Amino acid sequence: METGEKKENAGKKKIRKALVIGSGPIVIGQSAEFDYSGTQACRALREEGIEVVLINSNPATIQTDSEIADRIYIEPITAEVAEKIIEKEKPDALLATVGGQTGLNTSMELYRKGVLKKHNVVFLGTDAEAIDAAESREEFNNLMRKLGIGILPGKVVKKAGEAVEFANQIGYPVIIRPSFTLGGTGGGTVYNDAGLKKVLEGALRLSATGEALVEKSALGWGEFEYEVVRDSYGNAAIICNMENMDPMGIHTGESIVAVPSQTLSDVDHQKLRDAALNIVHAIGIEGSCNVQFSMNQETGEFTVIEVNPRLSRSSALASKAAGYPIARVATKIALGHSLHEIRNAITGTSAAFEPALDYVVTKIPRWPFDKFPKTPREIGTQMKSTGEVMAIGRTFQESLNKAIRSLEIRTPSRIDVDKHLYPATDLRVFALFEALRQGRSVAELHEITKINVWFLERIREMVELEGEIRTASGALGKGLLRRAKRFGYSDSQIARLSGLSENAARKLRKGYGILPTYKIVDSCAGEFEAITPYFYSTYEEENEASKMEGKKIVVIGAGPIRIGQGIEFDYCCSHAAFAIREMGCKSIMINNNPETVSTDFDSSDRLYFEPLTFEDVLNVIENEDPYGVIVQLGGQTSINLAGKLAEAGVNILGTSVDSIDAAEDRDRFRELARKVGIAQPENGIAMDEEVAVMVASRIGYPVVVRPSYVIAGRAMEIVNNEEELRRYVREAVEVSEKKPILIDRYLDNAIECEVDAASDGKNVFISGIMEHIEPAGVHSGDANIVVPSLRISPAEKEKIIEYTKKLGDALGVVGLMNIQYVVKGGVVYILEVNPRASRTVPFVSKAIGVPIAKLAVKAMCGEKLPAGLSSEMDHYAVKSIVFPFLKLLGTDIKLGPEMRSTGETMGIGKSFEMAYYKALLAAGIRVEKGEKTAFLSLRDEDKGIVPELSALLKKLGFSIYGTMGTVGNVEGAVSIAKIGRGHPNVVDMIESGKIGLVINSPRRGGQAHTDGFKMREASIRGGIPCITNVNTAFELLKAIDTLREKELDIREVGEYSN
Amino acid sequence: MKAVLALKDGTILHGIGFGAEAVMAGELVFNTSMCGYQEALTDPSYGGQILLMTYPLIGNYGINAVDNESSKIHASGFVVREMSPDYSHRQAEKSLHEFLAEKGIPGIHGLDTRFLVKKIRSKGVMPAIIAASKNGIDTDSLLGKMGEFDYSGVDFVAKAGVEKPEVFGRGGKHKVAMLDLGMKMGIVRELVKRDCEVHALPAYSSAEEVEAIEADGIMLSNGPGDPAILEEVHKTVRRLIGAKPVFGVCLGHQVIAHAMGGSTYKLKFGHRGCNHAVLDIESGKVAITTQNHGFAVDKVPEGFELTKINANDKSVEGMKCENKDVVCVQYHPEASPGPHDSTYLFDEFVARIGK
Repeated sequence: METGEKKENAGKKKIRKALVIGSGPIVIGQSAEFDYSGTQACRALREEGIEVVLINSNPATIQTDSEIADRIYIEPITAEVAEKIIEKEKPDALLATVGGQTGLNTSMELYRKGVLKKHNVVFLGTDAEAIDAAESREEFNNLMRKLGIGILPGKVVKKAGEAVEFANQIGYPVIIRPSFTLGGTGGGTVYNDAGLKKVLEGALRLSATGEALVEKSALGWGEFEYEVVRDSYGNAAIICNMENMDPMGIHTGESIVAVPSQTLSDVDHQKLRDAALNIVHAIGIEGSCNVQFSMNQETGEFTVIEVNPRLSRSSALASKAAGYPIARVATKIALGHSLHEIRNAITGTSAAFEPALDYVVTKIPRWPFDKFPKTPREIGTQMKSTGEVMAIGRTFQESLNKAIRSLEIRTPSRIDVDKHLYPATDLRVFALFEALRQGRSVAELHEITKINVWFLERIREMVELEGEIRTASGALGKGLLRRAKRFGYSDSQIARLSGLSENAARKLRKGYGILPTYKIVDSCAGEFEAITPYFYSTYEEENEASKMEGKKIVVIGAGPIRIGQGIEFDYCCSHAAFAIREMGCKSIMINNNPETVSTDFDSSDRLYFEPLTFEDVLNVIENEDPYGVIVQLGGQTSINLAGKLAEAGVNILGTSVDSIDAAEDRDRFRELARKVGIAQPENGIAMDEEVAVMVASRIGYPVVVRPSYVIAGRAMEIVNNEEELRRYVREAVEVSEKKPILIDRYLDNAIECEVDAASDGKNVFISGIMEHIEPAGVHSGDANIVVPSLRISPAEKEKIIEYTKKLGDALGVVGLMNIQYVVKGGVVYILEVNPRASRTVPFVSKAIGVPIAKLAVKAMCGEKLPAGLSSEMDHYAVKSIVFPFLKLLGTDIKLGPEMRSTGETMGIGKSFEMAYYKALLAAGIRVEKGEKTAFLSLRDEDKGIVPELSALLKKLGFSIYGTMGTVGNVEGAVSIAKIGRGHPNVVDMIESGKIGLVINSPRRGGQAHTDGFKMREASIRGGIPCITNVNTAFELLKAIDTLREKELDIREVGEYSN
Repeated sequence: MKAVLALKDGTILHGIGFGAEAVMAGELVFNTSMCGYQEALTDPSYGGQILLMTYPLIGNYGINAVDNESSKIHASGFVVREMSPDYSHRQAEKSLHEFLAEKGIPGIHGLDTRFLVKKIRSKGVMPAIIAASKNGIDTDSLLGKMGEFDYSGVDFVAKAGVEKPEVFGRGGKHKVAMLDLGMKMGIVRELVKRDCEVHALPAYSSAEEVEAIEADGIMLSNGPGDPAILEEVHKTVRRLIGAKPVFGVCLGHQVIAHAMGGSTYKLKFGHRGCNHAVLDIESGKVAITTQNHGFAVDKVPEGFELTKINANDKSVEGMKCENKDVVCVQYHPEASPGPHDSTYLFDEFVARIGK
């Protein structure tokens, strides 16, 4: 084994203060895992007495809590901002490897610009040279050649000509990967010259360096990952390996993954292990590294695919799967500790070992296609998933079944198998089940999908077992039922297969004495006693989770990150765990998301890594017999369990289930609003199409329509006329007596605002009145939001405060509630009340400096709260959002009542303009630096603003282009031909890079594949800011105008007071 | 097929049988490697032991013709949570079940193996009986048979290695005499790879017989059982040390300790797996090693230097005596299965004998 001498300069400099760069807003390819890793890293640094300076623009992170870092900058993550912070804080070191690709790229930019050298800042751990050796394709390939490790032939190209020539030389299929992008954005597998040219064009545009890699595709080879830690003395260990069930051709972030590998012999495994170690030694990693391999299943030949010299999504998964805190250990290594000196916090033994698992872990990505029904579902080399679930079992089947039900998606009842097997879609796993049910052979499925036969055989065994249960129907024997449970089948699945009710299946099972047992994740397969209690359920002999002593409170987590239910809810759940400990009680967390802080082994007193279904949750509760259960904080996931849990006799803490129902049931809520005396927009309920038409015509168009009981506005739409309404009812939703749709009057050009409040049952504490920049109608999750409010009058404010108090009282809220109001013409209307944590809780907590989720949890346990509105702020805080459109090409980006954003940023400033500008900058919107040309195309309702808007644009030095209808009357503006009526049209202009900003407000309820759609998609492809709401754009331009010539005002959060 | 595993302390677990229909006694031990079951089964060091794998899914990649550490299964029984009835690997020739059946070894699966591991961890390794049968199994009589078995008193070494001298890598540049106490083929492979001609000699060969090979160096292999009872071997080794460079691995290392005045003790539940960190005292570096031992050296012989310790329990992992040109380690630098971090020890040995 190659050994590395400890670098001379490392360790010499005494580190006093370190800068940590976070990963910013949640986007596809960069999710909550970097809050988890970053939080661990900050804690590890502070343990050593090092002052931590943090920069992260994402308020919904535990990392940005005052308990985690010393100096917190909630600021846009750019090299310029980081430089200002370095000037101000004078840190002596930088931890570049815990903030994902964002943190790494920003650090490298600081390095290349000489900022680090100038301010005498050193890299902690893996340094810039090592990062370059791993990240730069050319250098990496040379290094691999030197080490004699196989790589797929590849070439970095700048022009289509070179690419075509090279592709023909190595043979199709080839993969195109743009350099320095996230989650494979803009890349893809192509099979011929035409496909290559098409994908390459976009890839080159997206690449920061205008380069892309053309690489031989190892389509169908097995894909394996190795998570390595290495210290500066050259000690290294593999924390775990993983096997992608989906072979090469599908991004690892899009694959179903098993931990550890299942089909490698030890000789295979050691070959890859040796290669991984040789690579990290040669690169000079000091910390954590992820190495990906492909292996030909027929010949055993292998190649290295890529190396990530930093904490990653995979390292988070590996940490949770193996019970080994990689980020913590990597940070200790970065500080110069040797691996064997570092303690493994779980077993108390040395961190220098390779975890031994005695269970199987399955990870499945969570895709957003439920939110984007029109987006192509094909999955490939580019990530489309927003989150993932992990499940642990003693059989592969058990972990697969548990993972599937952790996804919280409806298992498709009918599926057209061949549409999903190849090319793969998000539903491929279900297609495999169905194909086997239809009697198709494992051999054939292997031929089509190249999935290793071993995995297919396991699924075949499941299908076989399902058949046995069906045959047995009601007369399920003990042996068969036990086998089903040991294969991870839930009571409800068994019920469905056997024709029993879920309750009957549960009774039968309990009657047979088949009860879950809990096993410890201990990183050593039982060899040593584990100190940290981290459990999963299985059906075995011995239960290792005997009831914990003391007053225990269960927190039900939020499951996978998805659109509408993001990291904000995990933030709240983590806070609940912390608050429970602060009160001297024991916290028990149930969750299944491996990316998060809530599933860190030391966030709670006990962690149960389990699916969040009624059965799985109740099993834990029965095992622990807690004082109470918190359901308010895990989004729809936990709130949806409240009713059944209460029925089962579980003590739901805080707001009662009946109150939750009173808020969610439209009839009851309308009654309540009337009783309390709060106006609602006119509304009605319809059970069928004809009633819907009647209700809508009574209310008057436009109306907002949506199914009842939905998450984040799923399938919500604004419809303008009867025709659109009928289409909606027929196509978009299922309408029935049991599933009515709700119809509300749409309040045009009104101000929407919302309030997050916490109540102890008497006192209602109002965090702030958050005003939407966009008019009502844009989903609150997609709106830019400012606190304190700008346009709401004192009288209106009073009313909002009064109503909030009244609603809290009337509903008997104990804990959190979020209320959405619309203000128009002096009237405050109420849209809805959600008696639970909302997505804005972390944002507003950070804005006012009060952790309201913690307050709410304490209130649920009987502590008193202050009453009224939180004190006046001396600053503004703006929440902005990021959208996944670049990853989900084929989706129309216009906004509406259905939520589409994946993440959020926060900007804080002494003025609204500063806060707003920084929030948008953090979200990647930067219009003043690009081409000074704006293209305008607005819907009729918005055209009134055109003179003002174009004057402002001109003032800022933009030349104006637009559609005839929009800019026809603007002096000096150039009208551009409609698509299909001559060239250059707008798409041509965008594609040729002549436009720097697109402002396009689409017609409400319009169809996809219009001109507008093509224009929006072209901007997304070209990476050009495309703003689809005039208010968003107008406020941004105003802010730029106000801030012109001014320095960005960068401040530590403590500098703002309340 | 039904199967039962009965432990000395009266624990009886039922499971599903595979492999051969047979009743076998042995000391129940566990191994934490997540793959490498074929190498473990054929490792002679498991003689007299019933082997339990802590990783629950075993058999996934079948059994091939190339990964054997000897020609037979030395373990007396195999305990796993979930035996894969099928397999998928380019080299595989048969299933795990077929392999055990062919070699006459019973297996049991479907039982709570973690429960057993924790029992062994707290109570120590203990005798057990495994029975697999298509017909009924009389569990009471199994417990009765338990008393007959005493692992520590049995000399497994006599039967573990070659019966008569065998040569591997004929024509190699360096000649190595290997006292075969139950050697793994991995050791032979590592030596042959380094241009050695390896003469494997039966465990009870005399010192003269070893000397007659006129080797450049002497290798003392791994093997099963209690090192303390191998007094004849101690004597032979004592005579051999000093003349030629000696390299000892596992049991070979323990035998050197005994031969030179040191001693060994029985570990509560041994070290068996591929993830044990060993610290090299001189360099301060850590290697991840393959281990398979139930005994360890507690007294390092006079004149010997402690070179390596276990990073966790600080037990003795390596010694050397520069005067007498002896180097030995408790773990398995040949890996198979396991990490290759320590194969450099073979380089060093070959460098010593090549001088």
